[in-house]
Amino acid sequence: MQKIATREAYGDALVELGRENPDVVVLDADLSKSTKTINFRKHFPERFFNLGIAEQNMLGTAAGLAAAGKIPFCSTFAVFAPGRSFDQLRNSIAYPKLNVKIGASHAGITVGEDGATHQSVEDIALVRAVPNLTVFVPADAVETKKAVMAAAEIKGPVYIRLGRAAVPVLHGEDFVFEPGKAVVMREGGDAAIIATGVMVAEALAAAEELSREGISVRVLNIHTIKPLDTEAIISAAKETGAIVTAEEHSVIGGLGSAVAETVCEHCPVPVYRVGIPDVFGESGKPGELMEKYGLKARHLAAAVRKAIRR
Amino acid sequence: MEAEKIAWLEDKARQIRAHIIKMTAAAGSGHPGGSLSAADIVTALYFHLLRIDPQNPAWPDRDRFILSKGHAAPLLYAALAERGFFPVEELLTLRKLGSRLQGHPDMKSLPGVEVSTGSLGQGLSAGNGMALAAKLDGRDYRVFVLLGDGEIQEGMVWEAAMAAAHYRLDNVTAFLDYNGLQIDGPITEVMSPEPVADKWRAFGWDVQEIDGHDIGQIIKAVEVARQVKGKPQMIVAKTCKGKGVSFMENQVDWHGTAPKPEQAEKALAELRCER
Ligand SMILES: Cc1ncc(C[n+]2csc(CCOP(=O)(O)OP(=O)(O)O)c2C)c(N)n1
Ligand SMILES: [Mg+2]
Repeated sequence: MQKIATREAYGDALVELGRENPDVVVLDADLSKSTKTINFRKHFPERFFNLGIAEQNMLGTAAGLAAAGKIPFCSTFAVFAPGRSFDQLRNSIAYPKLNVKIGASHAGITVGEDGATHQSVEDIALVRAVPNLTVFVPADAVETKKAVMAAAEIKGPVYIRLGRAAVPVLHGEDFVFEPGKAVVMREGGDAAIIATGVMVAEALAAAEELSREGISVRVLNIHTIKPLDTEAIISAAKETGAIVTAEEHSVIGGLGSAVAETVCEHCPVPVYRVGIPDVFGESGKPGELMEKYGLKARHLAAAVRKAIRR
Repeated sequence: MEAEKIAWLEDKARQIRAHIIKMTAAAGSGHPGGSLSAADIVTALYFHLLRIDPQNPAWPDRDRFILSKGHAAPLLYAALAERGFFPVEELLTLRKLGSRLQGHPDMKSLPGVEVSTGSLGQGLSAGNGMALAAKLDGRDYRVFVLLGDGEIQEGMVWEAAMAAAHYRLDNVTAFLDYNGLQIDGPITEVMSPEPVADKWRAFGWDVQEIDGHDIGQIIKAVEVARQVKGKPQMIVAKTCKGKGVSFMENQVDWHGTAPKPEQAEKALAELRCER
């Protein structure tokens, strides 16, 4: 299967967007080679602004650009936006509902060797709690590109979570990205794995493994954490009666929490959250870390067996 | 300072540079450029200037060194190991799963690391806190902080600069690793922090400008800084990113790229070191 990092797709999408819309501007904070905004810079140098190692100033500047009619896309690592610049995101961008897009790369532990200081395990929890913000966590390159295009159409702030490592391409080019609408990646009636981002591919592998045991698993891809497709989640709860969530993020405050909140209110069934336990990450190869923190397909399969037994 | 001691320190810096190459090559990732640029400063500190005891890393009266530009972790680790804080063999575990030598320094895992850094711009504030504690406790230790010249684009650095002068923290000495490069290019092209020395002066600091690869000048500057009363001191050290390895010198792409085996071999040959 072809593998492409979502940050690569983000860089390409920005160029396409730049061609279509002269109001699109791109900001970075000395990481343009890593976030891939460098692609946009090469094509539209006059619409690219490097703010240096100053993430708070980058988001504040974007707020001003948006207030003056531009559509700024800001990028740095997810630990630094929303991490370093959370208050600017909250007060200067989200509260006034300004049209700023944040492409946050290197999210999660698949950052690898750089270690805990560079591995955001809590960014979804942070941005999910901010009113007015739309939150996308694309699963592959196709979804990323379409999420970027959709973000430009939305009038208001959007957060797009991107990864460093190459991940399998799951969708064909004809895939339709509808913000706020979950995608059923695989049908099944015994349990549902509700996954986001890079974990969608692991969820599909887990469903495949379980099908060999006669367990039929629905895989729901939540590319939009906010607004959440509660309908699809409630249906999954009602129709399967056992739910496992999967995210490359802390089990606190992210997708797992969002799903548990929804299921508890509308249709209580067992929900097991697979994610990073309540700890910081560490240095290691991305694959080793996914293994150590229990984020591989076999961990998901084990969680499904447990959910079904209950 | 006698020439013999300086020659000894220069040789130590050479060994530290060789460690940086070996470590990043073994890890397959990491930051050689900014580690090499500050190698002479950190060597002078750990092997001559700092009041430290590797046998007693928690000694309350020790001087503190804070690597604010935490990505230069290989440099800090090499200095700590050579100074006896932990076994030199451990250096080759850099960035590996389970290692105490995390990609960026972790004060809770490795003796000798004073502050966990890696998110740029935060080290000077922590240094100020330690300096304030020294004053409260009547202790005479000094706090040394190493900043990158791209790093000082962070607003927090200037908040800390203001605070250090405000509280007359004359027990704080900062170095600026003035190598002229960050990740996206030369600092003056990305986001110019110039005029650097004037800015620190305007913030109320005592400022010296030196050659950051001249061990004699580094030591002299710290001796001068120690005599300053009522003000924090900034030593702007002109350096060359990648210093000591010809093909890495002044090359922006060696910021965060590890040498491949054959490149490491070439680098080690230049550093007169066996693989
Ligand atoms: C807050 C923050 N933003 C971004 C980064 C990513 N980053 C790591 S090193 C670096 C460039 C540092 O340049 P400089 O301070 O000049 O370091 P040196 O040249 O000494 O290596 C950047 C942007 C970071 N570690 N922390
Ligand atoms: Mg620099």
